Amino acid sequence: MSISGKAAIVGVYEHPTRWAPDATEFQIMAESARGALADAGLTLADVDGLFAASMTMGAMGTIELAEYLNLKPDYIDGTNVGGSSFVAHVTHAAAAINAGLCEVALILYGSTAASSSVAIGTGMSHGNRGAHESFTSPYGLTTVGSYALVARLHMERYGTTPEQLAEIAVTMRRHAGLNPAAKMRAPITVDDVLSSRMISDPLHLLDCCIISDGGGAVVVTSTERARDLRKQPVLVLGCGEAVAHPEIGSPDLLTVAGAQCGARAFAMAGVRPTDIDLAMVYDSFTITVLATLENLGFCGRGEGGEFVSGGRIGLGGELPVNPDGGGLSNNHPGMRGIFLVIEAAKQLRGECGDRQVAGAKLAVAHGTGGTLGVSHSGATLVLGVE
Amino acid sequence: MADLQHPLVYASWETRGYWEGAGRGELVLQRCEACGTVQHKPRAICATCFADAPRSFVASGRGTVHTYTVTHQNQLPPFAAACPYVMAYVELEEGPRLLTHVVGCDPTEVRVGMPVVVDFQPQERTDGEVFGVPRFRPA
Repeated sequence: MSISGKAAIVGVYEHPTRWAPDATEFQIMAESARGALADAGLTLADVDGLFAASMTMGAMGTIELAEYLNLKPDYIDGTNVGGSSFVAHVTHAAAAINAGLCEVALILYGSTAASSSVAIGTGMSHGNRGAHESFTSPYGLTTVGSYALVARLHMERYGTTPEQLAEIAVTMRRHAGLNPAAKMRAPITVDDVLSSRMISDPLHLLDCCIISDGGGAVVVTSTERARDLRKQPVLVLGCGEAVAHPEIGSPDLLTVAGAQCGARAFAMAGVRPTDIDLAMVYDSFTITVLATLENLGFCGRGEGGEFVSGGRIGLGGELPVNPDGGGLSNNHPGMRGIFLVIEAAKQLRGECGDRQVAGAKLAVAHGTGGTLGVSHSGATLVLGVE
Repeated sequence: MADLQHPLVYASWETRGYWEGAGRGELVLQRCEACGTVQHKPRAICATCFADAPRSFVASGRGTVHTYTVTHQNQLPPFAAACPYVMAYVELEEGPRLLTHVVGCDPTEVRVGMPVVVDFQPQERTDGEVFGVPRFRPA
């Protein structure tokens, strides 16, 4: 029995802050919850399912969060699979709602990554004791470096160029220029990207996402109840989750988790990539977008360089990607998945002003958690409006 | 590039054979006696057929660069002072790929497909054991 179309996103809120040195993660989550519940026309008293993850919440963080919100939910999910977690939370919420375990699910994220000076890409220690970390920590593999290994391989195998990767960053910045809330809005060129300093060859500074503070909230309920609420329901039509990892030593680094969960999400929704009006793709780095688009089937393997060129992924193009400016230019407070869901929902409701994808009816949101090149998670949603 | 002293490795019960082998100048992989599959990283079970106790063996130490990146920025010590350094996946003759460093040449000379051979940096531990960190240099 499919849960396709049985649950809907009914409230979303992207916290406007990009720099919050005087705020806590829970404060940002609570302010976001207030915004998303108001968007839905609901109150905290309606919430019976709590879903959250953050960069600092510990093993029992959802209990602490419930206390902060003075909430006693009937259903709790603290799944943390990295930046894709919140995309997966929507799937989990849809399943729980469909199973009758909760009715109104509140999904939260908050972060002060920037004002806490968390050097996510090139200076974050994960310790040395984990089954994975014990083999990377002696060598100093950075987050950027891990993605750079994938970028180099893609270039070698398919002839993808630094200019094609730069095109992605340029497009995201152009989109951010249309988003008043975005952190980085001044236009950039391909030359700007290529002349920015090398962080981990072949990825330059401007191939990397920014670091900001921020947070957001998403409210999910049954499609039946959604019809009585304030906003047009955004239906969860398809969903999927996956992991990709080093296996027993020789995985294909260019096959990312999205190949598995994307296929599942499309099949559940009964649609194809060519039916999609816009894609929200986790853009931790330019190569993340290129690899994800290929693995989700928006273009063939090795065709990503060509696909992202010529304005095809820009507003007005064949497949607008991240009209909000993405993590490369809008915001990236560490775990960006929740913003993929928020922007997709706002686009489908037609609320995005200058950056609106005209007539958008079907969207894909795909989150990546962890790092391409080593271990990562993927979570895909196909969302739509009637 | 400053000569990098790799941070002391952390060995668990399952992985110490790998690091001890490197301390002897041997690159140690596991092969399952039941199904014959070679695996890396080391585990107490074969992750292909679930048989117990895969047998350790000494690999050839020869391979090729599968992909690489020249790291120009890492704020963490001791890597900050070692930039630029070359991170790579080296594909071993036996199949598995190791995440490692390519040393012994200018970072600009590293290429995908380049033949490399293993090299070890020993680590003296306070308990008297010697571990080692495998790196690779041009063959």
